[in-house]
Amino acid sequence: MKEESAFPKELIAFIDEWKAKPGNLIMVLHRVQEEFGFISRESADRVALMLDIPLATIYGVISFYHFFKTVKPGDSNIQVCLGTACYLKGGDALIEELTNLLGVAEGEVTEDGKFSLEGVRCVGCCGLAPVLTVGGEVFGKVTKDELPGIIAKFS
Amino acid sequence: MAFRNYILVCGGTACESSKSDDIYNALIAECKAQGVADEVQIVKTGCFGFCEQGPIVKILPEDSFYVQVKPEDVPELIAEHIIKGREVERLLYVKEKKKHAKVEDIEFYQKQFRIVLRNCGFIDPENIEEYIARDGYIALEKVLFEMTPDDVINELRTAGLRGRGGAGFPTWMKWNFTRQASGDLKYIVVNADEGDPGAYMDRSVLEGDPHSVLEAMVIAGRTVGSNQGFIYIRAEYPLAIRRLEIAMKQAREMGLLGKNILGSGFDFDIEIRLGAGAFVCGEETALLASIEGRRGMPVPRPPFPAVKGLWGMPTVINNVETWANIPVIIAKGGTWFNKIGTQDSPGTKVFALTGKIRNSGLVEVPMGITLREIIYDIGGGIAHGKEFKAVQTGGPSGGVITIENLDTPIDFGSLTKLGSMMGSGGMIVMDEDDCIVDVTKFYLNFTVDESCGKCSPCRIGGRSLANLLEKITKGNGELADLDQMLEIGQAMKKASLCALGQTAPNPIISSLHYFRDEYLAHIVDKKCPAGKCKSLISYYILPDKCIGCTACARKCPTGAITGERREVHVIDQAACIKCGVCYETCKFGAIEVR
Ligand SMILES: Cc1cc2nc3c(=O)[nH]c(=O)nc-3n(C[C@H](O)[C@H](O)[C@H](O)COP(=O)(O)O)c2cc1C
Ligand code: SF4
Ligand code: SF4
Ligand code: FES
Repeated sequence: MKEESAFPKELIAFIDEWKAKPGNLIMVLHRVQEEFGFISRESADRVALMLDIPLATIYGVISFYHFFKTVKPGDSNIQVCLGTACYLKGGDALIEELTNLLGVAEGEVTEDGKFSLEGVRCVGCCGLAPVLTVGGEVFGKVTKDELPGIIAKFS
Repeated sequence: MAFRNYILVCGGTACESSKSDDIYNALIAECKAQGVADEVQIVKTGCFGFCEQGPIVKILPEDSFYVQVKPEDVPELIAEHIIKGREVERLLYVKEKKKHAKVEDIEFYQKQFRIVLRNCGFIDPENIEEYIARDGYIALEKVLFEMTPDDVINELRTAGLRGRGGAGFPTWMKWNFTRQASGDLKYIVVNADEGDPGAYMDRSVLEGDPHSVLEAMVIAGRTVGSNQGFIYIRAEYPLAIRRLEIAMKQAREMGLLGKNILGSGFDFDIEIRLGAGAFVCGEETALLASIEGRRGMPVPRPPFPAVKGLWGMPTVINNVETWANIPVIIAKGGTWFNKIGTQDSPGTKVFALTGKIRNSGLVEVPMGITLREIIYDIGGGIAHGKEFKAVQTGGPSGGVITIENLDTPIDFGSLTKLGSMMGSGGMIVMDEDDCIVDVTKFYLNFTVDESCGKCSPCRIGGRSLANLLEKITKGNGELADLDQMLEIGQAMKKASLCALGQTAPNPIISSLHYFRDEYLAHIVDKKCPAGKCKSLISYYILPDKCIGCTACARKCPTGAITGERREVHVIDQAACIKCGVCYETCKFGAIEVR
């Protein structure tokens, strides 16, 4: 596991490249989250220092945007689409069933750190509703019966 | 050497999820194995739109249309179709026992007219040569060497193109404001935030034809006098981002982007900026704040971005679909474009047809087509033989349209008249099983979640509306709640700062207008006619239909069902949590929702 506050060379190079560009904060935060899966307090501190932006401003931005996470997600993050098309086709039932199967609520991580569960708004595959993604892989027309199999695939 | 056959495989996100990547790899391997690798060109394209039937494989020149293809089918496709020249019948799209081999025979495509999606599904989006081969960058050449900025604006004016991001503002006017604004620094921005849950046309354009947007941006830069563009795209669209990056790189290498474009002396470059999951950032002033690296809060307009936008500079901001129309308008002329569609709204519109429809997918149709044609002729009607109830357009800002209005020709004006709006093109079909109050509550919860909280009418009003709907679906509603919702809604419409708050009450106003009875059923009779609102329904076993198979009792999570084998079962209402499992399980239709 990577030391959370240690920024690898490439990340530092990225930040250096963006330093001079106006409006860089969101792009840098994306890059940090890509590296660690979330933005830890230490990372936020480090970004504040490197970009010379107050920490309060950084947290203001992180808390405004749903995409940024401040807690470490599970090894596989399960995103269940709760957009309109998926809602009509039973996306809420999928999340309910996953809550039962994994024993965690929406927004939580399983005890063994393997899975986290998240409801999201439209992943852009509405034609395949209901949709969920695991670690970026998209599953379409999912039925409740398929869920144990999908979980097993990532265990 | 020319190829004997071309095999096109859908490589959009939707189809990639159904293993189109594996199919692509299998096709390459199999062509090699069967010794025809030199004669066949295999291309991974963008989305064909017919997502319901994906993954789709099309073989040219025969134009055979294979649906729901699996990697295992590949050897047969090559051995039969490519080598022996015989179509693989079992994989052809079948409707009502008629096999449709050719694209033009399929009703899903018959009424469509493709401008925006002209290249989606035909070219490899990762290869600029294929875009160029289909008249790509011809419009840019025209703009650089043959047309003045005034000519371009006049062409757009003749075309009558209106913004496809929702509001339908004439594009030529926006461009003209920015062109006439003083200052050397001006910006071009693409709104690819696509926040409406249930719409995905912008994603398909960017994944299937990224160059159409890049070309249009350079044209706009030249026209209004800007040298820098930004594409603001949702981080949730990784494939679209990757394809844009590839396209930008290839365009730079060919001198179509960067310094001194095609030797004209004009410089223009583009940068990608990522959104981060905030619906309000699709609103243009919030979007610009987000590009500036701040919290995406709207600011009052005027001044409009066209005059005072990004970093205070004049900025043209348009939606992806708007952009994709531009090169075609320049290449074929505004007069040609203006003849398509209606007088109010020339051109086409791409809709994401989803919900309880047989053929879900992306459809591009001329404006002025009726909803009936879209839903029944193209969409194949309601799935599973259910009854049509309503179609929702305009997403969380829109409203419902009912069966009486299915024959209205649709454009910006007519949808607004019906109490809905065009929005970004989400078209969500509901059937008899969908509860209108529940769906309305879904939209209100969405806008409450996504309100930026800057102004109180939206922040507080939205919350109150959502609470009232919750109360009604829980069975505690009172008649006075209906008037109260309308009152709050009017206040929000007048006093909210941006269109998010101003349009948030629309789903309530519209559904109350068309489905007042259904609200009354919830409030007065304490019943949910669609059987969706759990507090208002109960499950019962019909004694004359129950054969005592015990299937439901074994599946009930709370053990609420009792009964001996081969005897009538009963549900203990106190223990039932209304999960509906018994209803889904019973094969004899013995469980009833009341
Ligand atoms: C809450 C809200 C969300 C919006 N979301 C989007 C969006 O996701 N994509 C988009 O193109 N326009 C969106 N718009 C409309 C934009 O503000 C703007 O009108 C549009 O980008 C202008 O482009 P057009 O003239 O090409 O339509 C949104 C507006 C509001 C009020
Ligand atoms: S209307 Fe809503 S989203 Fe728009 S500025 Fe006000 S609080 Fe923010
Ligand atoms: S609805 Fe669910 S809890 Fe109620 S009886 Fe049926 S299976 Fe049991
Ligand atoms: S609503 Fe679920 S993918 Fe669009």
